[in-house]
Amino acid sequence: MRPPKRRRLYLVLACGLCFSAAVALGLAAFSSSLTYFLSPRQLVAKPPPTGQSFRLGGIVQVGSVSTTLSGTTPTTHFAVTDGQAAVNVIYTGVLPDLFREGQGVVAIGSMGPGGVFVADEVLAKHGAAYMPKDVEQALKEAGKWNPKFGPPPAASTWNTMQVKAGS
Amino acid sequence: MIPELGHFALACAVALAFAQGVVGIFGPSLRDARALYAAPLLACSHFAALAGSFLALVWAGVVSDFTVENIADFSSSATPLLYRITGIWGNHDGSMLLWCVILSLCGLAVALFGGNLPASLRARVLGVLGLISGGFLLFTLTVSNPFTRLWPPPLHGAGMNPILQDPGLAFHPPVLYTGYVGFSVAFAFAIAALIEGRVDAAFGRWVRPWALVSWCFLTGGIALGSWWSYYTLGWGGYWFWDPVENAALLPWLTGTALLHCSIVVEKREALKAWTVLLAIATFSLSLSGTFLVRSGILNSVHSFAEAPNQGLFILALLAITIGGSLLLFAIRAPVLAASGIYAPISRESALVLNNVFLCAITAVVFTGTLYPPFANLLFGVQLSVGAPFFNQTVLPLAAPIIIAMGFGPLLAWKRADFAPVLQRLYLAGGVAAVVFLVMAANRHIIAALGLAGGAWVVMAALTDLAQRTRLFRVPLGQSAARFFTLPRASIGAALGHIGFGVTVLGIAGMTLAVQSVVVLQPGQSTKLGGYVWTLQDIHSAPGPNYTQRVADITVADKSGVFLRLHPSRRFFAAQGTITNDAAIHTNGFNDLYAVFASELPGGGAELRLNEQPMAPEIWIGGLIMALGGFFSLSDRRLRVGAPARKRVAAAVAS
Repeated sequence: MRPPKRRRLYLVLACGLCFSAAVALGLAAFSSSLTYFLSPRQLVAKPPPTGQSFRLGGIVQVGSVSTTLSGTTPTTHFAVTDGQAAVNVIYTGVLPDLFREGQGVVAIGSMGPGGVFVADEVLAKHGAAYMPKDVEQALKEAGKWNPKFGPPPAASTWNTMQVKAGS
Repeated sequence: MIPELGHFALACAVALAFAQGVVGIFGPSLRDARALYAAPLLACSHFAALAGSFLALVWAGVVSDFTVENIADFSSSATPLLYRITGIWGNHDGSMLLWCVILSLCGLAVALFGGNLPASLRARVLGVLGLISGGFLLFTLTVSNPFTRLWPPPLHGAGMNPILQDPGLAFHPPVLYTGYVGFSVAFAFAIAALIEGRVDAAFGRWVRPWALVSWCFLTGGIALGSWWSYYTLGWGGYWFWDPVENAALLPWLTGTALLHCSIVVEKREALKAWTVLLAIATFSLSLSGTFLVRSGILNSVHSFAEAPNQGLFILALLAITIGGSLLLFAIRAPVLAASGIYAPISRESALVLNNVFLCAITAVVFTGTLYPPFANLLFGVQLSVGAPFFNQTVLPLAAPIIIAMGFGPLLAWKRADFAPVLQRLYLAGGVAAVVFLVMAANRHIIAALGLAGGAWVVMAALTDLAQRTRLFRVPLGQSAARFFTLPRASIGAALGHIGFGVTVLGIAGMTLAVQSVVVLQPGQSTKLGGYVWTLQDIHSAPGPNYTQRVADITVADKSGVFLRLHPSRRFFAAQGTITNDAAIHTNGFNDLYAVFASELPGGGAELRLNEQPMAPEIWIGGLIMALGGFFSLSDRRLRVGAPARKRVAAAVAS
């Protein structure tokens, strides 16, 4: 082959190799590290296997936050609700500044023994009026809020609102 | 009155920008000298109008004019002056205006410094910039007008989000935006070159300084943002693979690739079409990154409040800009035939390799960032792609780049030989191997690999400099003299590589960080990282527009107390929010980091304590990279209008 052609072949080979490596890496990582979002209702209906990582989103149930100490290590307990079901969560670490009862929250972690969600990370949105998109979806599905009928109800009332069963 | 003037100036700017666009793009084909010289004038007046508009908004912020909705919503009479000004770009509408101001500033710079460009090329570049600016100004004016009046005005204003009240954040957006927007010039050059159907070494020489400036700002902006999130958010992390961060990383990756392959265009006239495509891709990623995050299409922890009605406008603008430029590329690219020929082992090939891997990383980050919204749209599932995905894909792809970075600068253009290069790199290889073995012996394999990689890059770049100055082979004074006659671009490049290596060292060191969350009563202590941390006292203290609770922590090693840390919790009454102010002590190579997380009803303080080795290196490396870029920019070759052919030839030969 003439040198320019061979050079082009090397180039194409290098690019091909690199991009197939990228695709292979991407697919491998995709299958192991995609995390699904579940609302408490979905979680109770179909609990994922212990140890599988996912995101749990909803509202921090009013009156559910407490902290216990073992030695000097604190553990925060709270419940996440979407008005249909509530899931207990335990978390060790610093809660975000905007974390409070009656506010939207997303917790990343997995199910531990005894049906308790063990969070590795807890996220709350910067901005008090904000509702996480995931939570918004969960609320709509739970029948708490239909966007056709105006803005969402105040967050602090969500877990006490009455909802028709089976909706 | 002043805000109305600002509003009017904004409207003028829209008209001027479109005029600049139309005159600039179609003027050259009229064969009328007046059309060619109108474009720079329009660019100047467009900038003047926009600057006036922005100053009007700043004035409204400074005097706390709460009849302007934007000021009333994001500022308050208690906000300190600095944050009344920086708060202007701390919200959606104001930051849009800032974005447009910087874009028109780029146009102004092309108009002023582009005197040595062919007049038709300059007009077309300005035309492209004018059209982009016009589109986004129209968006600002119609959909997100920062001058909207509010009646009756509130007495005090809602105040700024306390998290944004921070010097790091005050300067992060302008720097980052300058980086994003600066790539518009490279983009405009690419489009103008496609229209003219001519890409040559001169194109590389014009595009490179612009790409370099914006790359420096983007690097600085990302480093600042990362540093801000490290010390303000109190998470102690520096990178979360959040969509906003990825949005800044993507143009940085392609921008880095652009920077490298424009060297090839300049010196060897190869890879032309690829360079043009990279310029288009970089600016497209800048645009889509900025605006997808804004419009709420990407779900992010730190996006602005959502405004769904703005999404369609932005999407249409993006589609026109990106789609149009890619279409133009597809039609005109065959014109750009390459002329340089090179062997598989050569500087050109090393730069191609760099480009291939950078683009592969871009592709996986892009996929990971955009997959969740698309999965939601197409399959209705809600999922997210988190840090594990990015770590598993980006790190293996970054490893070859790190290895190649050592060899690349030492290879000769056109055709090179590996053996002598390997010989010259024995020291760098040795240092990397020692670092790896020492760390691996302590069973920190990941950190060992990372630190060895960082050491390799830094040492290889230093070796390159040492070789060029013949350090230790000629007397020291002579080496120094040689150093000062080196082309500044090559010193800049070495600095850039050293900076990257230092950042790699920092990131690798951070994998050794230790953390503990404890509840301590005053007087109690805990152990972490070989130190004894004691909570001495919790007390209240006043602040300008907040009150705070401060924890006094002493840190002791074997020789006694050597450090006092004062993390605090700040209560902002106006917003009813609390922020954590982390206390960080650094000695340049190790950070001791304490956060006062909460005060328990029982009287104790919940603290999070971290020891983060090498953390400062992450940002120091970013700073070195940006400085290297600026240094390279001062190269004579880039400043002198018509570079002497001889000089370029000499640089190739060296």
